[in-house]
Formats: sequence, C-alpha cells, structure tokens
Amino acid sequence: MFGAEAIDLARIQFAFTISFHIVFPAITIGLASYLAVLEGLWLKTRNNTYRNLYHFWSRIFAVNFGMGVVSGLVMAYQFGTHWSGFSAFAGSITGPLLTYEVLTAFFLEAGFLGVMLFGWDRVGRGLHFFATCMVALGTLVSMFWILSSNSWMQTPQGHEVIDGAVVPVDWLRVVFNPSFPYRLAHMALAAFLSTALFVASSAAWLLLKGRGSPEVRKMLSMALGMLALTAPLQASVGDLHGLNTLEHQPAKIAAIEGHWDNSGAEPTPLILFGWPDMEREETRFKLEIPALGSLLLMHGLDEQVPALKEFAPEDRPNATLVFWSFRLMVGLGGLMIILGFLGCYLRWKGRVYDSRPFLRFALWMGPAGLVALLAGWFTTEVGRQPWVVYGLLRTQEAASSHGVMHLSLSLTLFVVVYLAVFGTGVAYMLQLVHKGPQGQDALPTSGGPGQQRTPARPLSAVDETFDDATA
Amino acid sequence: MGIDLSLLWAVIILFGLMMYVVMDGFDLGIGLLFPWVKAKGDRDVMMNTVAPVWDGNETWLVLGGAGLFAAFPLAYAVVLEALAIPLVLMLIGLIFRGVAFEFRFKASNKHRHLWDKAFIGGSLLATCAQGVALGAYIQGIAFDGAQYGGGPLDWLSPFSLFCGFALLFAYALLGSTWLIMKTEGALQERMYELAKPLVIWLLAMIASVSLWTPLAHPAIASRWFTLPNLFWFLPVPLLVASAGYGLIRLLGRRATTLPFLLALALVFLGYSGLGISLWPNIIPEQVTLWEAAAPPQSQGFTLVGTLFILPLILGYTAWSYYVFRGKVGHGDGYH
Repeated sequence: MFGAEAIDLARIQFAFTISFHIVFPAITIGLASYLAVLEGLWLKTRNNTYRNLYHFWSRIFAVNFGMGVVSGLVMAYQFGTHWSGFSAFAGSITGPLLTYEVLTAFFLEAGFLGVMLFGWDRVGRGLHFFATCMVALGTLVSMFWILSSNSWMQTPQGHEVIDGAVVPVDWLRVVFNPSFPYRLAHMALAAFLSTALFVASSAAWLLLKGRGSPEVRKMLSMALGMLALTAPLQASVGDLHGLNTLEHQPAKIAAIEGHWDNSGAEPTPLILFGWPDMEREETRFKLEIPALGSLLLMHGLDEQVPALKEFAPEDRPNATLVFWSFRLMVGLGGLMIILGFLGCYLRWKGRVYDSRPFLRFALWMGPAGLVALLAGWFTTEVGRQPWVVYGLLRTQEAASSHGVMHLSLSLTLFVVVYLAVFGTGVAYMLQLVHKGPQGQDALPTSGGPGQQRTPARPLSAVDETFDDATA
Repeated sequence: MGIDLSLLWAVIILFGLMMYVVMDGFDLGIGLLFPWVKAKGDRDVMMNTVAPVWDGNETWLVLGGAGLFAAFPLAYAVVLEALAIPLVLMLIGLIFRGVAFEFRFKASNKHRHLWDKAFIGGSLLATCAQGVALGAYIQGIAFDGAQYGGGPLDWLSPFSLFCGFALLFAYALLGSTWLIMKTEGALQERMYELAKPLVIWLLAMIASVSLWTPLAHPAIASRWFTLPNLFWFLPVPLLVASAGYGLIRLLGRRATTLPFLLALALVFLGYSGLGISLWPNIIPEQVTLWEAAAPPQSQGFTLVGTLFILPLILGYTAWSYYVFRGKVGHGDGYH
C-alpha cells in the first residue's frame, strides 16, 4: 500500500512540474511564430500597426520565455532524482534526445534571441527579421526533440534491450517513431491555438475596457482568423492521432472510450458521458449513441473498438481520468471551433469589435487552449499507464525508491514555490497585456550583447516596474 | 581504435561543472554577501556587476545534467537518486534566486525587501545544497550493482554538512574578490575587509576537508599518500598554500584584479584535488566511467551536436565578459 502511495506522489509531482513548465514553452512556440508573421507583414506593408504589435508581444514573449527557462531547469534533474529506474533503463535514448533539446535552446539564447529582443535599432531590418524567424524555427526544433523523446516512450522502436537497458540501434527509427508525426503536428497546432486564444482574449479584454485601437483590433482579427483556420484542422489531426493510437496503444483508446466489453456482436456505441468505474469494470450512468464508436474509430460497422476487459486488470490505464480529460479537451476544442466560426461571421457582419457578448466569450476562452493542451497531455500520458516506456518498462519500476514522507515534502515545496514564483510571473505578463500596445514612442531601448540588457536574461527586455499595476 | 568516447564525455562534463562552479560561484557569493551590505544603492551595484552574466552561468548546470543523462545514464540515475533531497533544494534555491534577480529591479520600494530576502535565501540554500551534495558524493553512494541501494537520508552526515558550510566560504570569497575587481570606493573597501577573514576561513575549511577525506576513506588516502603519486600530487596542496598566502598579501596591498584570479585558482585547485581523489570512478569507489557509460551510439550521437554548440557558447560567453569589463558604479543602472 505504501509503495502505491509513493508512486502516486512521484507521478503527481512530475505531472505538476511538467504541466507548469509546458504552459510557457507552448506560448513561446506560438508567440515566436506570431512575431515572425507580424514583422514580415510590417516589412511588406510598412503599416506601423504591425510594428507596434510586434513590440507589444515581444515583451510578453520575453517574460514568458524567462519563465520557461526557469521552470525547465527542474526538468533536467528530475528524471534522475525521482525516476532513476527510467533513467538507467532508457537514458541512452532519452538522454541524447533531451540533450539535443537543451543544445537547441542554448543555441537560440546565445545568438538569435539577443538580436531579436535587443537588436531592433542595432542591426538592419532584414537581419532582425531573420533573427526573429530563427527564434521561431528554434522553438519548433526544440519541440521536435521533446516530442520525439516522448513519442518514443509511447511507441518505442529502433532499439534493443541488452542487460536490462535500452540500446539505440537505429537513430532514424528512434526519432521518427510511429506516433511522432501525429503527436508533433497535434502539439504544434495546440501551441498555435493556445497562443491565438491568448491573443484574442487579450484583445477582447482591452476592447471591453473601451481601449480599442487599430493595434488591438488588428490582433483580434488576426487571432480569430488563426483560430478559424487551425481549430478545425486540429480536430482532423486529432482524429488521425487517435487512429494512430488505436493501432499502437489500443488499451488507451478503450479507456478513453470507457468501453469495457466486446462480448456481443453489435458495433461499439459511443459513450458521450458516464463514469468509468475501475473496480466494477463498467461505465456507470452512461449516455451512449449506438454504433457511433465503431463508425468513428473503425470507419465501419463490422469491427468493434477494443475493450478494456481484453486487457489484464494490471495492464489497464485509469479510465475514469482519461475518459474525462479527453472529453474536456474535445469539448474545449468544439468551443474553439465555434469561437472561430462566430468570429468569421461577425467579421463579415462588421460587428466583431463591438459585440460585447462575443468579446466576453473570447475573453473567457483565453485559457481554453492551455487547459485543452494539458487535458490532452493528461490523456496521452495517463493513457500510456501502467507503462512508462510502452510495453518495455512499467512506471512502478521506473520510480526512484523514495518514501511517502520524502515525496510529500518535496511535492509541497514545489507547489508552494511554483505558485509564488510563477504566479508572480503570470501576474506580470497580464500586467503587460493590460498596458496594451503603444505607439512609436514605446520603441525598445537597445540592449543585447554589449549592453546592460542581455539575451541570457530575457526578462530584462522588459522595463515596466512590477506591482505598480493598479496605479 | 577509435576515440574513447567515455573519456571525452567525462572531460566535457567535468569541464561544464567546473565552468559552473567558477562562474555561478561568484554570483551566488554576491547573494551570500548581501546581508553585510545594507544600502540599496550598494546592493544595486552588487547586482549590476553580475546582471549581464549570471543566467548564462547557469546554462552550464543544465548542460552538465543533460550531458550526464545522455552519456552516463547509470551514474545519472544512481547519483541523482541518492542526492535527490539536496539537489531539489538546490533547484528551488536557484529558481527563487533567478526570479528574485529580475523582479527585484522591477519591484516597487515597498516590496523590494521581499525580493532581496528571496535573493539572499535562494543563494544560501543553493550554495549549501551544492556543498552538501558534493560532500555526500565524496563520502560514497550505496550501489547494489543495478541501482541506488541506500536510504533517502544517506546524504546527511557531519561530513556532508561540513562541506555545505565550507562551500559558503568559497563562494563568498569568490563574490567578494569579484566585487573588489568590479567596484570602487566604500563598497570596494568593505569587500577588502570581508575578503581577508574569508581567505583564512576558507583555507581552514580546505585543510579540514583534505584531512577528513583520506582519514575516512582509505582508498583516497592511498591514492594520495603512496609513492610515486605523492610526488605528482604534492604540488596541489603546496599551490593551495601559496595561493592563500598570496591572496592575503595582495588584499593587504589593495590589489584589484589578482585577488579574484587567485580565488578562482583556489577553487580550481580544490576541484582538481577532488578529481584526483575520485578518478576514474563516477560512482565513488564502485563504478568507473566506462562501466557507467551509455552505448557508443548514444555518446557519439550526442557528441556531434555538443561539439558543434559548445564552441559557440564558449565564444559568446567570452565575448559578453569582454564587453562588460571594467568597473560598475552607482550611476550604471542596468535598466
């Protein structure tokens, strides 16, 4: 019993620290690409609205990047301190992939980030634009390595197990493992969607406060356009990702569906809502649509969706959790599609900047992208259980042998510190949003290599004082 | 035969960690010296001297961790599990400190003292935890042939606590000599006053650790005190003694740059002494570099990227130090 509790605490701690971390890189990825687009448009049209928006968002980007770096420090050590079984078993694959991510991030920090954040009036326009594009590309490359590492844990290949540890045999097969392309596309779109919702929500906030300006209207319009484009695309990529999961991790799909039994011959229904009960081996209080499960997943009525009872009890992921985290993600995705569609419609009607109900909807949808992203990650990570490396290493064997006391203390410590530190950081970002885009006079002072403000500390790009926000 | 990848990786990781100790050491030291300097203006100057470089210094810590994971996964797993508590405390100290650094400049006068305290507390916690982790590593880690075989509090011993205490003096000395080099006037004078006793304390600490270690570990004793090793390694303690003596003389003569360089030399000598005691084991007395190594496919694959990026990071670091050379005064706010 104590063992089970310790492993749960270790998992909660990992989930907590990585969930806190991933929020910042997701926004970093989205904002970096957004900034590249803004600068490109400014260079092309010379419309200063784009330039002012660029400076507005690049300051928020800087704070966000800084938070990502600080929260990432923990991740480099946590695999060893809390998951030593995993590290010893899979370190020869996970280690190199994560090292490449670290190197990519350093490469960024050492070079292009400095030019991007501090070089506005120190380098030529073309070179500055190039630096912004390289930062955007760098964030995507970082994501590439992280997603490759995670996908290999979901669908491992290209390795051999020798003397109880993994040995890479074919790096190409390791990196480009079967679930990787789907997961990468799904995560990239999730980062873009989260950012679009953040931008739209910021614009809606300013408009609702009666602080609309050409910049604010422009960013609302761009964000809603992005949303209308990517939200439906995300739904279809998600569907493909689901089919890939069905092929490689059928137990995860069974748990997501809350589907227990395939004893009959009829096609599998789709359970809309219910309460999967792991003890009773059934989904209680369910509301289902006949045959739709088979139709959606097997694309026909002849085959049944895998059922949880086909897997031994010790091989089943926690269906209660993934059933609901999946529905949370999909539900929010639906709302995003509606928001994007409504935005287009109101745009066409010419009312998108004035409709207060719509702006309020956009405001409240601000965190929806990040919540959906976290719910999606919970679905795929909890759904991989009881394995940490699918089919190769059980989570139970992966954890370090720390006791309950130790783990409760360290978890409490992390929660307190993270809430204090990153709470302050997020409050600061919201304060910057609240200030709104400024005109010509708010062009950044120079900094960078050779200046007091430096790229090694992205936070120093912003000079607003903190906690004078209410003044 | 090809290159010895494990050896190469050991050199890279040892180099990375040394860069970390040398570079983050003095900026942690600044946090440790904060309580002895009360005026806001002086505190601003102290922070401004490291503001341009401190975050870059911590990248070495991340690189060391990731490199160890990639090249020596077994050692990463066993050593980090054994040292989990001090390492987590170190990370928490560094988080607090890093964020305090930025927010202190952005805070209103009303709240600044909170971030000052976070800065001091974070520096203290991170330094002590590093020293304790180091001490615990030297005293040995229980290894049962496959994984960590000890308990959660094995790291806790008089020796490791003493190392945590000792490291405070090393970093504080680095910080004070750094400030002597980078500041002028009353603040510089204050640092001269603080540095001298710090040298004496640090030498006493080095002497204690150097005696304590071989007494407690016969293997380390025989490494040092058998012939011909004794002759090879004799320069290390002699150099420590002469660096210490030189430091006191130079501080008395109010030299500005050399004290910092000699303090660095002291830390470097301590680091070499450790290397001599432990080489070539990565889990002390039990597992060598080669036994803990990842397969050559992993070490080689990661090496390509590392050898490409490392020179860039080094060049960039050198450049930013070069650009920021010279004194920092009260007028040079960094915002």
